[in-house]
Formats: sequence, structure tokens, C-alpha cells
Amino acid sequence: MEIRENLRYSEDHEWVLIEDDMALVGITDYAQSELGDLVFVNLPEEGDEVVVGEAFADVESVKAVSDVLSPVNGTVAEINEDLLDAPEHINSDPYEAWFVKVQDFDGEKDLMSAAEYQAYIDGLS
Amino acid sequence: MEKHTPLYDVHVALGGKMVPFAGYMLPVQYGTGIVTEHMAVREKAGLFDVSHMGEVTLTGSDALANLNEILTNDFTNMVDGQARYTVLCQEDGGCIDDLIVYKKAENDYLLVVNAANRDKDVAWLKAHAFGDAWFTDVSDEWGQLALQGPLALKILELLTEVTNIPAKFYHAVFDAEVAGVPCIVSRTGYTGEEGVELYVAADQVAGLWQAIMDVGAPHGLIPCGLGARDTLRMEAAMPLYGHEMNETVTPLETGLGFAVKMAKPNFIGKVALEAAPRRERIGLRVTGRGIIREGQPVMAGERQIGTTTSGTHCPYLGQPVAMALVDKGSVAIGDQVEAVVRGRKVAAEVCALPFYKRAK
Repeated sequence: MEIRENLRYSEDHEWVLIEDDMALVGITDYAQSELGDLVFVNLPEEGDEVVVGEAFADVESVKAVSDVLSPVNGTVAEINEDLLDAPEHINSDPYEAWFVKVQDFDGEKDLMSAAEYQAYIDGLS
Repeated sequence: MEKHTPLYDVHVALGGKMVPFAGYMLPVQYGTGIVTEHMAVREKAGLFDVSHMGEVTLTGSDALANLNEILTNDFTNMVDGQARYTVLCQEDGGCIDDLIVYKKAENDYLLVVNAANRDKDVAWLKAHAFGDAWFTDVSDEWGQLALQGPLALKILELLTEVTNIPAKFYHAVFDAEVAGVPCIVSRTGYTGEEGVELYVAADQVAGLWQAIMDVGAPHGLIPCGLGARDTLRMEAAMPLYGHEMNETVTPLETGLGFAVKMAKPNFIGKVALEAAPRRERIGLRVTGRGIIREGQPVMAGERQIGTTTSGTHCPYLGQPVAMALVDKGSVAIGDQVEAVVRGRKVAAEVCALPFYKRAK
């Protein structure tokens, strides 16, 4: 299970990468592995507000639909339209497959470090 | 507390994601994932543990009369080894279960029922049995494997004499031996593909599984879980009890008229089934963005015409499809409808069933 050092993590298995004035958000390797083959993604629209702990997107595997909860507060500046046509990229490369870029964000300080997230998922199994 | 099939440890060792299903812990998928497992069955072969299925024997000189009275199909002209799909109905025509009846020999039958319905089926069968007819639940003595896919028979031939492989679909060889293990080889399945189902003593199922995997793996055979079993049966538009049918749905509504023989003088549910069905099962091909799942309202314009019974993304077709029970005659093939998916309308087109039919 890959965990990247330079990211912050939520308990709901989203990751955040701070890049300049944007927060990129995706789901972790653990999350994609638990969800199985993803075949559909629903993304918000640019300009939508996102709130910590509230659903901003959903992903569907062959078996089920799951909400993706926002790990930060802010405004959606950009969505990753590539994922709409190729949701399988979330399985193959979860840390490159960002869902949204969020601007004017906060809440990232409450997230876990890589080491904390590792301990967190170790505790789940 | 869920029961384990005899293959539980094998599934865990193979990386199976174990989930509770019909009272058993079974793998929903292995590490390869549902899409890979699904495609293996369409293109090569897959091996499923279906030991949770229930087996009931029926013996006695009134066995045939009991089958014809209690079940919807007609079992009169069956040869030894033949299988026949049927429904078990209530008096009001609602489905108690769907099952397969095998004729082993005169006055000697085997019924294979859904695991979740096993106890209520056995209770119903015993309560309605008459004369010299004895139903016995032997589910715990039997394991069952399904070897399915275009290469299934070729793989089986590596482990048994060809005389042990039924020549025809829906026939079984009762006294067969595969890899030295006594079993029933039945040319049946739930995937829309060529293949067999193997009934074997519970304590021998793990050995048979291993023997089949050993010879099959070089040909592309992989273990497959419940997830692929569901997407495969969905593409083939095979109804699943608890979804396309239940005690409030009749076999005629859900499109199983071929297994209901109204010409029989009598059977339980016949009177109710003489009324014209109010609903029908239709296929939906999703044309909008999203996946339509079970239990979602189907709208023709502003009017709700029914509800979806199953729906998923189908790997071989590469698109989402669904089945629905709708008011009879409310839509025709080619019509545009919408399903309400988590508050959002997703467009779909009514299409013919099955979604997938293998090339012969």
C-alpha cells in the first residue's frame, strides 16, 4: 500500500497536496484498493464550495457507489475532466489522479501526516 | 454468525475479499478484481465456489406427481440426467424461489435452490408433499463449483473422460469422476457462457478446486467471486431471486413464462397466474452519465412506470445496464426513459434482453 510523504491525509482516505495556492484532492491507494475497479466518477463544478467532511464527488465501482468527502474547505477552481472518461486511472495511479483543485482553502492543518495515516490504516486491519 | 464453505481457507489464501452472503462468508472478488474476473469468463474461463447453494433430494413413487403439483414447470417428459429450470410459487402466484430440478432416475430427483431461500423452500416442500414423496435437505453434505467460460469444457477434458461431460446443455452425468473425485457434472451455469457446475461431497471440494486450478491456470483460468457472478448474470439478463423476483412478483411478470406450464391440469399458483400480468421486466441501456442501480424509480416523462430491480456497469459490454419491473405495455424497445439516481435523473433507452448473448 503506497503512502506518499509529501501529502496530507484524512480519516476518510482522501489525500491533499498543497501546490502553490491550490489544494489538490484525491483518494488514497488504500481507498482505491478497498473500492475495487472504478467505472464512474461524478465531479462537482468549478465554483462549487466544498466543506470538510461533506461529499463533493462520488465514485462508483462495479459493486457500489461511494461518496468522496472533502478533506478541506474552499472553492473548486478546477476539476480533472480526464477522470470522467478514464476513472480507471484512480485505480492505476491514485496519487496522480487528482479530483479537484481547491482555492481559498483551509482545514489542511487538521489532516494526518504520512506516518500518522500509515498508523491509522494499520489500526483498521 | 456466517457459515464457511469448505473452500473458506482457500479463498482467504488467494486474497479473496470475504463478505457475508446468504448466511455464508464468500469472496466478492480476489486480488485481480471484478472486471478481470468477468472478462476471464467471457474470453477464457473462471472457477467459482457456489457451495452455498442448497441441495434437496426427492424420492418416492409419487415424486413426479409432487413436482408437477408444487412447481410451475412440467417434469413429465424428462430423461435420466436431464435438468429443468422452474419456479416455486405461492397460491397468489408470488415467487418463493427459482430452482433447477434434475432427474437422476425414475422416482429420484435433485433440486438445487438459492441459499437464502433454502429453509423456507424445504419447509414449503415438506408441508405440501403428498403420498410417497420425501424431500430431504442435503445441502450441508454437498459442495458445488462452477467452471464457466469458452475454455471450460476443454479444461474439464484434461481431468476426465469425455463420457463424463454431458453432450447437451441442461443435462448432467450423475456418476461422473473428475480428477479422481466422484461428482455430478452438469452442463448448466449462471454466466451466459459455456460451462459446467460440479456437485461434489463437501470434504472433497477443496481437492477438486485445486485440481481444476492446476490444469486450468495455464489456459487462463482464474478464480472468480460473487461480484463477477453478478455482473455476468446481469449481462446475460438472468433473473436473480430477491431482485427480479420475490414473493410479490409472479414468474409471468418477470419474464419466466417459459418455465410456467399453464397447460398442466393444476399446480400451486395456477389460478392466480391465469390473470393477465400487470407488470413486465424490461432492459435499460444507460445513455446518460451514471450507473443505474437497484430500487431506483423509472420515469416515462413525469410518470413513474416502475422500479429498477438490478443495475451495474457491465465489463464486457463496457457500459452500464439495468433491469426494471414496469407497468405492462407502458414502454416499448427503443423508448427513452429516465431513472432517478440519488436525486438526479439519468437517461436510458429501453432495449431487448439479454444484453449479451454468446456466439454459438
